[in-house]
Amino acid sequence: MTFFAVEDLSMTFGGLKALDKVSFEITRGEIFAVIGPNGAGKTTLFNCINGIYPPTGGDIVFKNNNIRGLKPDRVAKAGIARTFQNIELFSNMNTMENIMIGRHLFMKTGLLRGGLMWGRRSFAGKEEIENRRKVEQIIDLLELQTFRSKFVGGLPYGIQKKIELGRALAAEPELLLLDEPCAGMNAEEKQDVVFWIKDIQDELGITILLIEHDMNMVMDISNRILVLNFGRPIAMGVPDEVSVHPEVLKAYLGEDDADDASGP
Amino acid sequence: MDMKRDYYEDVKHFSSGVMLFWFAALMIFLLLYPFLFKNYYVYVANYIAINIIVVVGLNLLVGYTGQISLGHAGFFAIGAYGTISLMTLANFPFFPALICAGLIAACFGFLLGLPALRLEGPYLAIATLGFGLTITTIIGRIDILGGRQGLHAPDLIIMGHHLNTDRQFYYLVMAIAVLLVFFARNITKTKVGRAFVAIRDAHIAAETMGVNLVLYKTMAFALSAFYAGVAGGLFAFVLRFIEPELFGFFLSVFFLTMAVAGGLGTIAGPIAGAILLSFLDLELRNILNIPYVGEWLKALSTSYFSLTGVSNIQFIVFGAILIAIMLFEPLGLYGLWIRMKKYWMTWPF
Ligand SMILES: Nc1ncnc2c1ncn2[C@@H]1O[C@H](COP(=O)(O)OP(=O)(O)O)[C@@H](O)[C@H]1O
Ligand SMILES: [Mg+2]
Repeated sequence: MTFFAVEDLSMTFGGLKALDKVSFEITRGEIFAVIGPNGAGKTTLFNCINGIYPPTGGDIVFKNNNIRGLKPDRVAKAGIARTFQNIELFSNMNTMENIMIGRHLFMKTGLLRGGLMWGRRSFAGKEEIENRRKVEQIIDLLELQTFRSKFVGGLPYGIQKKIELGRALAAEPELLLLDEPCAGMNAEEKQDVVFWIKDIQDELGITILLIEHDMNMVMDISNRILVLNFGRPIAMGVPDEVSVHPEVLKAYLGEDDADDASGP
Repeated sequence: MDMKRDYYEDVKHFSSGVMLFWFAALMIFLLLYPFLFKNYYVYVANYIAINIIVVVGLNLLVGYTGQISLGHAGFFAIGAYGTISLMTLANFPFFPALICAGLIAACFGFLLGLPALRLEGPYLAIATLGFGLTITTIIGRIDILGGRQGLHAPDLIIMGHHLNTDRQFYYLVMAIAVLLVFFARNITKTKVGRAFVAIRDAHIAAETMGVNLVLYKTMAFALSAFYAGVAGGLFAFVLRFIEPELFGFFLSVFFLTMAVAGGLGTIAGPIAGAILLSFLDLELRNILNIPYVGEWLKALSTSYFSLTGVSNIQFIVFGAILIAIMLFEPLGLYGLWIRMKKYWMTWPF
């Protein structure tokens, strides 16, 4: 059975080929990283998998089903969750409520049962309690207790990134897409994230597709790496292979990747 | 963290005994109200309660889901005409007629929600505005609905009791208003309400977490239209006579102004906004009777604003209120209240 595979995936914006026949396969349980210079098409790849953009060509297979072209909410239902490079939180909700949205697919309360909620033993009351308990576990795991009742809009960048991770975890996905989870974090926060990502893989058994700029981190935690440049795959393999691949060296050295050098 | 949390804490109706006390006090006040005030103010209370229903429903759409509507007078009209004609033409008893009229309004809300999936901001405003105008125009041309002449409400009989006076009607309207406010409040605390807010704040993220945009946006429109429809049905019996003119564009703007003035995205805000502006609306209609000021306003109005004169001074006042809110207190009355609370909590330091 194919757990997850992308086959000849292409995406063009006007004349620009953001993705050009990209193919790879991920086995269940691994951490698979996608790297490449800015504008290489990494985020676009996520947006295609997610259903935010309909790909112009190719297929996306998840657990033997072709999910290409499905709406984002259907992709979520299939078991894929993600975080965003530029934080996409619900800024006027608090941390708890943000992560509760991750529980959306597990909840059955509709208009009537929600509107008529009466007491903790009503259907809606029970469901709220049950799911809030789950969310609280995630809040504990990510050490977000101090922020649980704070509106997320005003929280520090690093905390917001963590809340996004929490929200994705709350959806109990089988495949988790992380778009630069460490961007904008200090060294200590990065360490934490690396630790959690390993935890998520080991203990929750979630497969991870990761985009990251920090080469040290990628080399450290990934099982395999795909390198994109101008939408084309130029190398794929285990970290040791990729890091010495001539095309990769050329792509990275031939370009003054300010993002990488200075780091935020 | 071994501390045991009560996960129901955040959703429960009354966060403290004090809250429960104030709620009970409010309910007792509402029960006694008809005995405390003269008839006119009972009529005013009915009018306010009806506006509260509309505005709380409108707020679920505008404040929570972030979709604008300038067409709620249309749903209000559908509710009013629907209730009366189901009773007179199809012999429905009052409650089934009211609920059916609400559901018919909800169906129209759903239909209006479909184009709204592709429209945003000013475009949605124009589409909903067009909807409201179309509804009243169409109703004005249907003969069995009274056309331009209007319709009289039939006798209201509930379980053998005739409700003829404002006082008798008061308890019915209030009970429905309280129920619908509770219903709305519960929705905002559970799955559907969270999905609404998620769509408002970041619709792409909401979708990637599994929120079906088509379903929830149309649901918000339908739900909000249901509230307006039920309120319209009650309104028909407060006035006892309805005509298309009543449901014009200004009414839609009035509804929206009440929601914005109170503070979008809260439950208490729109209620406060509805109370204040409904009251203002009724009082401003009598502005001509004020000595000197009334005459001066009439002269001013007929020479600068409109031929019909002071009858639409409300337009100007409400417009001014809207502008003032945008400029000074975007959170409306609710924001004012929060600031006041902060002020008093730290006072006198
Ligand atoms: N919605 C869009 N419309 C037009 N061009 C886009 C869009 N999204 C991405 N692109 C372009 O596609 C290319 C890849 O972008 P992206 O996937 O964001 O790169 P990155 O690898 O840095 O995440 C860039 O040249 C970008 O300008
Ligand atoms: Mg990117």
